[in-house]
Amino acid sequence: MHIPDGFLDTKTWAALAVTSAGLVGLASRKVKTKLDEAKIPLLGLVAAFVFAAQLVNFPIAGGTSGHFLGGMLAALLVGPWAATLVLTVVLLVQALVFGDGGLLALGANIFNLAILGVWSGYFTAKPFLAFNNIKTKKIGIFLGSWIAVVLAASACAFEVWISGIVPLTVFPLMIGIHALIGLAEGLITLAAYDLIFQVRPDILVFKGEQA
Amino acid sequence: MNRKIIWPILVSLVSAGLLSLLASSDPDGLEQVAEQLGFARTATTEPLLPALAPDYLMPGLKNQALATSLAGISGTLLVLILGWGLGKFLGKSASRRTRS
Repeated sequence: MHIPDGFLDTKTWAALAVTSAGLVGLASRKVKTKLDEAKIPLLGLVAAFVFAAQLVNFPIAGGTSGHFLGGMLAALLVGPWAATLVLTVVLLVQALVFGDGGLLALGANIFNLAILGVWSGYFTAKPFLAFNNIKTKKIGIFLGSWIAVVLAASACAFEVWISGIVPLTVFPLMIGIHALIGLAEGLITLAAYDLIFQVRPDILVFKGEQA
Repeated sequence: MNRKIIWPILVSLVSAGLLSLLASSDPDGLEQVAEQLGFARTATTEPLLPALAPDYLMPGLKNQALATSLAGISGTLLVLILGWGLGKFLGKSASRRTRS
């Protein structure tokens, strides 16, 4: 879902670049005030895991592949503000070092994946995580993961559409494929959550409390 | 180093170095839609800044698997260091402020 350069028109990539810069700046300030000493190495670890996981494309349907996003998982591990920063670092390296995602389009990709892809999951899962019942929490995590992917894909579709290069059919196509990818995201996130819960439950930041 | 930190790093590196080789080479959702609707061509072929390892292939290596593996591992290490550095930087700025 990383948008390359050339897909978005100037007004779109510029507006998103400014918006993302502002929101990432805000996230940095928030993380400064909230970051616990013990969590410092976690930012690197979560970034490493998300980057590595995003490399493993899996076939999803009809000659298309998908890959893990990791916004929900990152929010569960370091909270949504830090998750935005973690995903931003990943996207920066992907674009600058590997040419995965455009440079002008970086703001758009950050907005879709590091902001929408984190926060929509967070807000969806939050009420479910407040329950003491593990099954309820997991439903929330699955839903959050799915919504994060679908919403990010919808935003992406919207951005290429208002750039005037595609017809409205881009919406059902993008959303359809990502509705499936979202299921995989949900399952992978749950599997990772399960493992972490068994091995290091203390590092799960997001237990339904305030970010 | 703390064993609890080593494990996730190792898992990430193995995933980056080995699992990435099993990755599907099918186009991803956006690429596929771009092909279907015919706008794939509008992507700029010349990037603004040349990437070091475009398409996750370490340059200068004939073996594609090795090139992919090394690219994955390097990228993982890079974000690990950058993420950790970011944490350090943000953590320091916070404590500096509370002390003053």
